[in-house]
Amino acid sequence: MLKFSEDHEWMLVEDGVATVGITDHAQNALGDIVFVEVPEVGADFAKGDDAAVVESVKAASEVYAPLTGTITAVNEDLEGEPGKVNSSPMDDGWFFKMTVADASELEGLMDEAGYNEFVAGLE
Amino acid sequence: MRYLPLTQDDRQSMLDKIGVRHVDDLFGDVPKAELNPGIDLPRHKSEMEVERHLSRLAGKNIAAGSVPFFVGAGAYKHHVPSSVDHLIQRGEFLTAYTPYQPEIAQGTLQYIFEFQTQVAQLTGMDVANASMYDGSTATAEAVMMARRVTRKKRAVIAGSLHPHYRAVVETTTQFTDDEIVCLDAEPADPAAELQAAIEGIDDATSCVVVQNPGVAGHVLDLRPLAEAAHAKKALLIVVVTEVMSLGLVMSPGEMGADIVVGEGQSIGNGLNFGGPYVGLFATNQKYVRQMPGRLCGETVDADGNRGFVLTLSTREQHIRREKATSNICTNSSLCSLAFTIHMTLLGEKGLRDVAKVNHKRAQELKAAVSAIEGVEVLNDAFFNELTVRLPGDATAIAETLAANGILAGVPMARLAPNAGMDDLLIMAATETVTEGDIDALAAALREAVK
Repeated sequence: MLKFSEDHEWMLVEDGVATVGITDHAQNALGDIVFVEVPEVGADFAKGDDAAVVESVKAASEVYAPLTGTITAVNEDLEGEPGKVNSSPMDDGWFFKMTVADASELEGLMDEAGYNEFVAGLE
Repeated sequence: MRYLPLTQDDRQSMLDKIGVRHVDDLFGDVPKAELNPGIDLPRHKSEMEVERHLSRLAGKNIAAGSVPFFVGAGAYKHHVPSSVDHLIQRGEFLTAYTPYQPEIAQGTLQYIFEFQTQVAQLTGMDVANASMYDGSTATAEAVMMARRVTRKKRAVIAGSLHPHYRAVVETTTQFTDDEIVCLDAEPADPAAELQAAIEGIDDATSCVVVQNPGVAGHVLDLRPLAEAAHAKKALLIVVVTEVMSLGLVMSPGEMGADIVVGEGQSIGNGLNFGGPYVGLFATNQKYVRQMPGRLCGETVDADGNRGFVLTLSTREQHIRREKATSNICTNSSLCSLAFTIHMTLLGEKGLRDVAKVNHKRAQELKAAVSAIEGVEVLNDAFFNELTVRLPGDATAIAETLAANGILAGVPMARLAPNAGMDDLLIMAATETVTEGDIDALAAALREAVK
C-alpha cells in the first residue's frame, strides 16, 4: 500500500512496516541534495516528529515521521550518496523504515492519484 | 530629513495589538525603586583635568612589559612583531566583524580560509572553523557539539581544565540538556588526574574534556584517555590554552582527539586586559556538520578561477533558526587575522623555534626556583608553565613580589578559591623573559619565603 502525506513524503506499507522517503515533487523543489541525516534504528517517533534532515544547495528541511512507530532500518547509503534522493526518490533514495503502531493513521493519507491532484493544486 | 525607524502611529498600532496602553506599562514588573535610579556622578571636568586624573589612575598599574613578568594561566605575553599591527590596520582588513555579505569580500574570506588551515594543521585535525569568541566559549560549544554527535549528555570535565573555562561551560549549559561532571583538580599528581578522567567515562558519557598543557602546566600523553573515551563511544575534547605549545607538544589530533578547542591569543594578540581573544575550534571531517560557527571554503568561479565562499551555512542560525548547531553566527575576525599574519610570518620552523625558547626559559625558571629552600616545583613534563608549592600563602607572597616590581605568577587560589591550594603559584616563562628577569625573580622570591 503506497500512501502520501501533505508534507511530500511517501510511505510504502508492507507487513506492518512503512518504508518512508520524499516524493519526486519534493526532491525537485529542493534541488541538488547534498546531505541527509537519518534517524537511529530503534528510535521511537510520534506522527509529526522530526525524524530526519535533508539538506540541498538551497535549503535545509526536516523530514517528519508520517506515522507513529519505531525505526527498524535506515538507508545508510544516503550518507555517502545523498544524490540518490534526486535520482531515485521513490526507490534507492528511501530514508527509513518504521513500524506502523497505529494503522488508523494511514486512513487520513492520500493515495498516488490523490497526491498528484494535491501537487497539481499547488502549482 | 530625520531618520525615524518607528513613527508614533507604528508604535501605537503595536501597543494596541498587544493590548498595552503605554510603553512604560511593559516595565510594570520592575520595582519602581530599581527603575532609572539616580546615579551619583561627579560634575563634568575639562579634558585636561580628565587626562590628568586618568593618567594618575593608570599609573597604579604595573605594565606587563615594564617588569619581570611570569603571569600566564590562560593568557600569555609573547612578542608580536610590529608588522602584525601595521598589516591588520590596513583599510581592506580592519573590521572586527564576520562577513555578513561574504562573497564580495574575497580577501577577508581568503585569510579566514588560511586561518582555518593553520588551526587545522596546528591541532592535527581535518577541519577548523573561522574562530569563536575565546577558548572558554569554544570549550562550552565543544561540549554541546559532543552531545549532538553522540546523542548522550554526560560530559566529564577533567581536573586539569582551567577553572574559569569550567565555569563558562557550566554557565553555558545550565539551560541545555547537558550534565556536567567535574572531577577534582590534583595539580601535584597529573597521572592520578588523568586516571580519574579515564575512570570517569561511562556508557552515558558524551565527552571527556581535558586541557593540555593543564592549568597547572603539566603536559600529558592523552592517548590512553582517547582510547578509553572511544571504547565508550564518547568524544575526547582537548583544550589548549597556550597555543604556542603546539610548536613542540604532540598535537591533540595525533593523540586521538575528536574536537580540539583553544585560545589563540598567544599568536598575534597581546594580553589586551583579558580580551578580545580568539577561540580556536577544530574537529574531524565526519563531525563537520555538527560543528558550530562559520566556515570558509575554497571553490572556483564560473570562469574556473580560485575563489572563496562561506560554506555549510545550513548549520547556522540565519538558515536553520532554532535547529542550528549553535547560536554563534560570528567569529573573532580581527584577532584571527592577527593570528594568521603572525603565524604566516613565523612559519612552521619559526613557530618551533619560538616554542623551543619558551621551553628553555621555563627550564631555567624551574632550575632557579627549585634551588630556593622551601620551594617545590610540581612539574616533570611541562611546556612554558610551572606550578610551585610555596612555604606560605601564595597570594600574599605574590603581592609582596608585586610590591617589589616583579609579577611572579597567578596564585592557584585566585582561580580555585577554597580548594585547599592556597600555597600554589602558577608561573609562566615565555620567550619575552630574560635571564635577568629570572635572576631578579629568584632573588626576590628567596627573600620573600625566608
